[in-house]
Amino acid sequence: MVDTRGPAPETLRSRRPDDAKEPLINSVDHNRPLVEIRDLHFSRGSRKIFDGLNIVIPQGGITAIMGPSGTGKTTLLKLIGGQLRPDRGQVLVDGQDVQRLSRAELYRLRMRMGMLFQSGALLTDLSVFENVAFPLREHTRLPERMIRTLVLMKLEAVGLRGARDMMPAELSGGMARRVALARAIALDPVMIMYDEPLTGLDPITLGVIVTLVKRMNDALGVTSIIVSHDVAEIAAISDHIHLISGGKVVESGTPAELETTASEWSRQFMQGLPDGPVPFHYPADAYEQDLLGGA
Amino acid sequence: MTTRTIEILVGIFVALGLAALFMLAMKVSNLTEYSDEGGYTVSANFDNIGGLKVRAPVTMAGVRIGRVTGIQYDRERYQATVAMTIAPAYDYLPVDSHASIFTAGLLGEQYIAIEPGAEDETLRQGGRIEHTQSALVLEQIIGRVLVSLTTGGGNGNE
Amino acid sequence: MLGTLQRLGRWGLGVFERLGRGHLFLLQTIGCLGVIVMRPRLVIRELHSVGVLSLLIIVVSGTFVGMVLAYQGYITLVRFGAAEALGTAVALSLVRELGPVVTALLFAGRAGSALTAEIGLMKATEQLSGMEMMAVNPMQRVIAPRFWAAFLSMPLLAAIFSAVGVMGGYFVGVGLLGVDGGSYWSQMQASVDFHEDVMNGIIKSVAFGFVAAWIALFEGYDAVPTSEGVSRATTRTVVHTALAVLALDFILTGLMFQ
Repeated sequence: MVDTRGPAPETLRSRRPDDAKEPLINSVDHNRPLVEIRDLHFSRGSRKIFDGLNIVIPQGGITAIMGPSGTGKTTLLKLIGGQLRPDRGQVLVDGQDVQRLSRAELYRLRMRMGMLFQSGALLTDLSVFENVAFPLREHTRLPERMIRTLVLMKLEAVGLRGARDMMPAELSGGMARRVALARAIALDPVMIMYDEPLTGLDPITLGVIVTLVKRMNDALGVTSIIVSHDVAEIAAISDHIHLISGGKVVESGTPAELETTASEWSRQFMQGLPDGPVPFHYPADAYEQDLLGGA
Repeated sequence: MTTRTIEILVGIFVALGLAALFMLAMKVSNLTEYSDEGGYTVSANFDNIGGLKVRAPVTMAGVRIGRVTGIQYDRERYQATVAMTIAPAYDYLPVDSHASIFTAGLLGEQYIAIEPGAEDETLRQGGRIEHTQSALVLEQIIGRVLVSLTTGGGNGNE
Repeated sequence: MLGTLQRLGRWGLGVFERLGRGHLFLLQTIGCLGVIVMRPRLVIRELHSVGVLSLLIIVVSGTFVGMVLAYQGYITLVRFGAAEALGTAVALSLVRELGPVVTALLFAGRAGSALTAEIGLMKATEQLSGMEMMAVNPMQRVIAPRFWAAFLSMPLLAAIFSAVGVMGGYFVGVGLLGVDGGSYWSQMQASVDFHEDVMNGIIKSVAFGFVAAWIALFEGYDAVPTSEGVSRATTRTVVHTALAVLALDFILTGLMFQ
């Protein structure tokens, strides 16, 4: 086994996968990367989505990955979770190459990841309580009393203990996302991935979710990865931001660094300007010529 | 709906399905009379078996006592050899019993009727019934009737 | 001309690709079927939605099919003076053919389409993906119990269909048309063979259950995850199951005919 007195990051990272079963991340070590994406290539059909993507996500803290719609942010989360296979390149989670893991190893790794889907992805035939209990019932043999206590604790954390008997169809979008968050933390994961957590929410719910994400991150000491294009709200709580466009990382840094960036593209994106390096108009013939040409 | 209700309903469903299978086996088909597999087999030769089929009933005095289990052609005797399995309860068939092929109703199924002989010795496994009567083939009877009618009619006209 | 050929080729390749995916799916499903032994409760839930909820339509259709068979059979048989064979005619038609086939067709419409829509919607709402990320294999948790439920329900439903059909035939034949009740049952018993007729019918319904479950689950699992995709998949389930059941029925009947 590994030296417990305080191993150097290098020895930890080079550990064999079967040694990595128990969670390593009780004390947050900001220098050690939790997720490392190296030279990632991925395409859907003939469309290239990632073209040599490199991202390092350190342990602890909130890392935001932002970019325009259609840049494959959700795809990136699925690649990290091992649901998709890249054409080329590596995704290392906690030092393990996700693509090389066997199904059982991958599932063991996923038990330590929580993922919050945009739609919530609650199981529609189960109540709120059963949804949160689902991962516990599937992966543990805990007695019913213990499951009840755990589920109520998780629901309390997202403020929905009173909604435990409701069915997913009765929940509003924001509530569904909160239940999904409670479910994502049911197994006390090391890392939580958020897929567009703020899309389509009213300002109050949006504030609730942002606060929850921040509170979960600080209270549980997990690593959060947020994929989003809600720049202002996410920038306010994140520690690192990676901007991706055209299948590559365009710029990385802390929110403050990106505010004052020299890159025009980044500035356009971060400040939401309608025109700039990304033109307002889709490429077309000259306007006058087009109008007159029809005659 | 609670888990309990669902489980009870599923229980009713499975019970109904099994009851239906039971009914198909016992009331609709002849599984009840199919317990004659443990019987003994005897054979008989017929000149013509007509439309006799495997599984056709073997009866004595109208009571079913067994089944036809095999039909083969005997190359040496130019006859059909019919094997039949008789239920063990009827193990007192005299060796000189008589087997005939009859038809149930005008167009019905053909079956073998056995009339007991007078010997004391009884048939055993692998025994043979020597006295047989072939099936009545409907076309032959009609042919004969027609011939006798036409010859009879010709006589009347002369 | 070349364009048409190309389209034909693309269509053919598409069909083969789908067939391939369908078989891979079946292999994966079969690999997961054993897990259910550990958790039979999952199957009970599905038996309810697949079997119990199909019961009403099966009982009603079975009764009416049996009654119609009795009317039609009577008209034909009475000409030959063989009205006593009505029980045989009704029972043989039901047990050998109509029971398994009509049950499978109704099943495709009632339960198969529901299975496809349910799984398609689970896919569209990322529930399957969500399970994957919770380290739960949807093949084991979602597909395998439904496969078992459909596979087990079909023979039971077909048996119920045939049984109520025979009773419907009794009601019309004996109650309304005046056939002798004793000979209705005794002629039936004399001519319906357990192995030749009843067992073959059960074998057919088991085969149909397998195919219906496979098609319904695959179409749902393979559906394009949009509302249009799910509705197309549902339609395909009903059409493909009906065609597959009829084709399989022809093959099985041919094999059993000797």
